[in-house]
Amino acid sequence: MNAPYIWIVFPIGIGILLLLISNQRALSLLGGVIALLLAVIAQFVPIELAMSVGSISFKIDSSLTILGRTLLLQPAEGPLLALIYGAVALWFFGAEASKAATRLVPIGFMITGLLVASIAVEPFLYAALFIEMAILLAIPMLTSIYHPPSRGVSRFLIYQTLAMPFILLAGWLLGGVEASPGDLALAGQSASMLGLGFAFLLAIFPLYNWVPLLSEEVSPYILGFLLWILPTITIIFSASFLDRYSWLRSSPQLTIALRLAGLLMIVTGGLFAAFQRHLARIMSYGAIAETGFSLLALSLNLRLGIPILFLLIPARALGLAVWSLSVTVIKEQVETMRFGAARGVLRILPFAGAGMIIATLSTSAFPLLAGFPARLALWEELARESISSGFWMAIGIVGLLISAFRSLAVISMADEYTSWEPRESMTQRIMLGLGVIGLFILGIFPQTIQYFLSNLPLMFEHLGR
Amino acid sequence: MALTFSWIAVVVILVTSIGLLLVRDWRWSIILLAVQYLGMFILTLQHWPFGMASVKLVAGWMSAAILGMTRSNYPAHDFEETGIWPRGRLFRLFAAGIVLLIVSTTTPGVDTIMADAGYAVTGGSLLLIGMGLLHLGITSYILRVVIGLMTVLSGFEILYSAVEGSILVAALLAVINLGLALVGAYLLTAENALQEVESE
Repeated sequence: MNAPYIWIVFPIGIGILLLLISNQRALSLLGGVIALLLAVIAQFVPIELAMSVGSISFKIDSSLTILGRTLLLQPAEGPLLALIYGAVALWFFGAEASKAATRLVPIGFMITGLLVASIAVEPFLYAALFIEMAILLAIPMLTSIYHPPSRGVSRFLIYQTLAMPFILLAGWLLGGVEASPGDLALAGQSASMLGLGFAFLLAIFPLYNWVPLLSEEVSPYILGFLLWILPTITIIFSASFLDRYSWLRSSPQLTIALRLAGLLMIVTGGLFAAFQRHLARIMSYGAIAETGFSLLALSLNLRLGIPILFLLIPARALGLAVWSLSVTVIKEQVETMRFGAARGVLRILPFAGAGMIIATLSTSAFPLLAGFPARLALWEELARESISSGFWMAIGIVGLLISAFRSLAVISMADEYTSWEPRESMTQRIMLGLGVIGLFILGIFPQTIQYFLSNLPLMFEHLGR
Repeated sequence: MALTFSWIAVVVILVTSIGLLLVRDWRWSIILLAVQYLGMFILTLQHWPFGMASVKLVAGWMSAAILGMTRSNYPAHDFEETGIWPRGRLFRLFAAGIVLLIVSTTTPGVDTIMADAGYAVTGGSLLLIGMGLLHLGITSYILRVVIGLMTVLSGFEILYSAVEGSILVAALLAVINLGLALVGAYLLTAENALQEVESE
C-alpha cells in the first residue's frame, strides 16, 4: 500500500465514480463515510511503519514516483490528512441538507485529492500546478451547465489562474536567492512575485471582489466549501515556503507584509460585513476575515503562530459549514437574500436563522464559540508584539459583531402575532443542530481538538518548534 | 538559424496576439490561437527537446479545437462588449502599442533575471503575457476570457521552459491547458443554455 494512492489517487477515482450517482442522500452518506474512513486511517494507521493484523502484515509506503518526481506523504502529515478528510466528511454529510450533494461530493473528492497532492508533491513549488487543477475542477461545481455563468465565476477563474505563473516563477527565483544570499535585488524581486501569487490565490485585498460576487450567484454551501478548502491548503503551502527558506522566515519585511495583509483582510472584511445588507455577502466577508486571521497567525513568532494557525482550521471548517448551510436553507425560502426579503425569517426557519447567527458570532470571536480560543490566543500574541495591530484587529472583529447583530435584528423582525412555523426538513434540522452544538463544544472545550492538532507542526522542519 | 526562427516566431506571436485583440469573428480567433501555439512551440524549442516542446503544441491545438468545436454549435453572432470603457479597434490597437512599448523596454532586464533565456524567448513570452492580460482587462465574453488566459499561460510557459525542464511540469501544464479549454467549453455551453431552451 502507498500513502499517495490512498489519499490522492483513491479519492480522485472515487470522485469520478460518484459522478454516476444522482441520489442526494446516497451521495452524501457514501461520500461522508468514505471521507471519514480516510480520516480515521490517516489518524490511526501510521505511515512507513510495518503493522500486522492477525496473520496479515502491511506497511503504508510514503512516496510515489510520477514522471521523475515524487508525491511524498510523510508520517508527520498523518494528522493533517485526518484533519482535512475529517472536515471534508463534515461538509459531505451536510451536503444532502443543502441539496448540493450531486455536485459537491464527486467534484469535492477530486478537488480534495488534488489539494492533498499539492501538499505531497516534491519539490513543493509544483503545488501551484495541482492547486490550479483543483480550481479548474471547481468551475463545474460552482455553475450549472443549464444557467449562464456569472461575472463572479469568470473573475474567480481569472484571478486564481493568474496566481500559478507568479508562484512558479517566484519558486525558481527563490532558488537563485538561496544560491546567492547577498543579491538583495533578486530577493526583492522573488518576494514580490511570491507576494503577488499568494495575493491572487488567497484573494487578498483588493483581489477578493470575486468572493462577494460569487456569494450572490452560486450555492452558498458549495462556495463555503471552496472558501474553506482553498485558503486552508494555500496557507499550508505558503507556510512551506517559510519552512524551506530561512531568509524568508527571518525577514522582518515579510512579517510586516503578512501582518498588513492580514489586518487589511480583517478590517475590510469586518467593515464591509457591518455595512452589508445581503446575508450571503456577509458570509463571504466573514470568510475573507477568516483568511486574514490565518495570515496574522503566520506573521507572529512562528513558534506560537503555527499552533494558532492550526487551531484556526477546525473552527473555520465547522463555522463556515454551519454558516453556509444556514444561508443555503434561508435562500430556498426567500426571494432574495437582501435584508428586506429576509425580514422575520426566523419564525419560519429557526434552525437556519440560529445557525447563521451563531456561526457569524463564532467568526467574530464571540466567547464560548469555536472561533474564540484561537482568536483570543492570536489577539494576545499580536497585542504583545504590536498594540496598534491589536487595535485594528479589534475594529475588524467589531465590524463582524455588528453584522451578526444586524442580521439577528432583521431575521427576528417579524410582524406581531406571527406564529412559529418551522419549514426546515428533518435532515436540515439535525445537521444544523449538530453543527451548532459542535461550535459550542469547540468553544467551551477547545482542548478536545488538541489531540488531533498537537502533532501538526511536526510536518514542518523549522516552524512551530 | 535557430535565432532567426526565434525572431520569426516572435513576429508571428506579435501578429496573432494583436489579431486576437482585434478580430470579432470567433473562427479567426481560434485560427489565430492555433497559429500562436505554433510560435510558442518554436520558442520553447530553444530550451526543450523536440519531443517535450511538441507536447505544448499538441495540447494547445487540442485546446483550440475544443473551444472551436464548442463554439461552432451556437449562433454565428458574437457577443457584443458593452460598458462605459472604450473597446473599439483603434483603442485596442493603441493599448497593444503600449504593451509592445513596455515589453521592449523590460525585455533586457527580465532576460538577465531569467538566466539569459535569450531576447527572442523573453520578448516573445512577455509579449504574450502582456497581450493576454490586456485581453482579460477588456472583455467579459467567456470565449475571449479563456483565450486571454491561454495567451497569458503560453507566455509564462515559454519563459518557464527556459529555467525548468521537468517532464512532470510539462505534463501538468498540458493538462492545465486542456482543462482550461474544457472549462471554457463548459462555460460556453452554459452561457448558451437559455438560448437553446428558447429555440426549442
